[in-house]
Amino acid sequence: MSLSKILIANRGEIAVRIIRAAKELGLKTVQVYSSADETSLAVQMADEAVEIGPPAAKKSYLDIDAVLKAARETGADAIHPGYGFLAENAEFADAVAAAGITFVGPSGDVIRRMGDKASARQAATEAGVPTVPGSQGVIDDLNEACRLAENIGFPVMIKATAGGGGRGIRIANSAGEFMALAPQASSEAEAAFGDGGLYLEKVIERARHIEVQILGDGENFIHCYERECSLQRRRQKVWEEAPSAALSSDVRERLCASAVALAAAVRYKGAGTIEYLYDDASGDYYFIEMNTRIQVEHPVTESITGIDLLAEMIAVAGGQPLSVRQEDVTYRGHAIEVRINAEDPAANFMPFPGVVGDLRIPGGPGVRFDHMLYQGYQIPPFYDSLLGKLIVSADSREKAIIRLKRAICELGLDGLKTTAPLFKALAEAPDVLSGDVHTKWLEPWLEANSDKLSSQ
Amino acid sequence: MAIHEVRAMLPGVFYRKPAPSDPNYKEEGDAVSKGDVIGLIEVMKSFHEVISDADGTIRAFKVENEDAIMPGQVLAEIEG
Repeated sequence: MSLSKILIANRGEIAVRIIRAAKELGLKTVQVYSSADETSLAVQMADEAVEIGPPAAKKSYLDIDAVLKAARETGADAIHPGYGFLAENAEFADAVAAAGITFVGPSGDVIRRMGDKASARQAATEAGVPTVPGSQGVIDDLNEACRLAENIGFPVMIKATAGGGGRGIRIANSAGEFMALAPQASSEAEAAFGDGGLYLEKVIERARHIEVQILGDGENFIHCYERECSLQRRRQKVWEEAPSAALSSDVRERLCASAVALAAAVRYKGAGTIEYLYDDASGDYYFIEMNTRIQVEHPVTESITGIDLLAEMIAVAGGQPLSVRQEDVTYRGHAIEVRINAEDPAANFMPFPGVVGDLRIPGGPGVRFDHMLYQGYQIPPFYDSLLGKLIVSADSREKAIIRLKRAICELGLDGLKTTAPLFKALAEAPDVLSGDVHTKWLEPWLEANSDKLSSQ
Repeated sequence: MAIHEVRAMLPGVFYRKPAPSDPNYKEEGDAVSKGDVIGLIEVMKSFHEVISDADGTIRAFKVENEDAIMPGQVLAEIEG
């Protein structure tokens, strides 16, 4: 089975990235778009473009029937979902396959299995991947659960099995607190979700977010080392790097091997990411979840390994084996990606869509800018604020940070407010320079350093 | 009776209710005071309240729920 025409069921910078990869593989490209994206860079770059609905994503990019109709009408034999939108929608993957079209990603069944928190955790446990210590399923007996909490060590998180959006979560610092808070959490969960079931999880106080890039063709499964994405605001990553400076080579090898074991256990096909929390203090790592798609921050992995992840994804979807074996995957130097969002860091990251004025793209050695911009482009207000990603690579982390600062200074983007000033400030922050960060580091730093975030 | 126009400060999508299953913040004919929330604007996946900057009665909403709007566009008229 060889693919000839690929439809991109996404928008923005990732659509541009997919079109580039597809063209290099000799494939024709079809870009679907909402009426708000008619002027987008991806629409201009693709061989064909099909409007699939009005601006609201649920009436366009999330409309499975509209996407499939465009695929049939243009004769596309593959669909790449990018990230977000329908990328991890198992029903979409099933519907694409049922229409006789190749879905660039794993099967609907694998997406379903790894998308559900409980079944993903179970798959991880079965593959021998450590998960955050906690109760085995639902707490039946409060006294027994309290003894378990004492064994795990306080603080522990009491979570609702039916929970979401932070509701039904309590943190207990002692046995006394546990006995007082657990009934409260249960009744809150009962009221909110009609299910008072609780489970326990250890609180990892100072954790790094470390994730392993994996690739599979259904027979062979490899890792492409890890990324660290500990700098987050409101659980959104803003700065990602590879490799993680926090891991010893021994921990790195074990962590990456565990990700490959999990990929092999579900016979993974495509590109995926297995996310972990890493506890600096103990050197332990714990599986949190798996993303069954390409990720925003994939270029840092491409920069240090030289592997084109999009090309591998598409080739594998077309029935080819992976082009690299594990023993051929090596990494060199250090790469950092920062997310250039249309947000004003000096005004609490207020979104700032507008018209792109004078545009100066950074260049030179070790600089890559994956983006959706051109001069005169009106940024639509209907989608997320990611404009592009600035990726730098160098021989060492220290040099990569210097290069990042240089490239940020070269970036000129008139007419918009962007997060660029944040990265200039972060590239000078002592904790960032020493790599002494964790997932809860950025938010207090932003509060204390608000004076450094204006574009002037 | 003076007519006061409440205008959009941001581009995006206008909503008349806090969540799809909730009732509208305000109906036409409802009394409003300065500072009352009369709608939401979603811009780049973040939500911002639209606040009445006048006292009076809502004469009309000039845009429908979930309409795309531009900055400066009139969202509602208040008769005060």
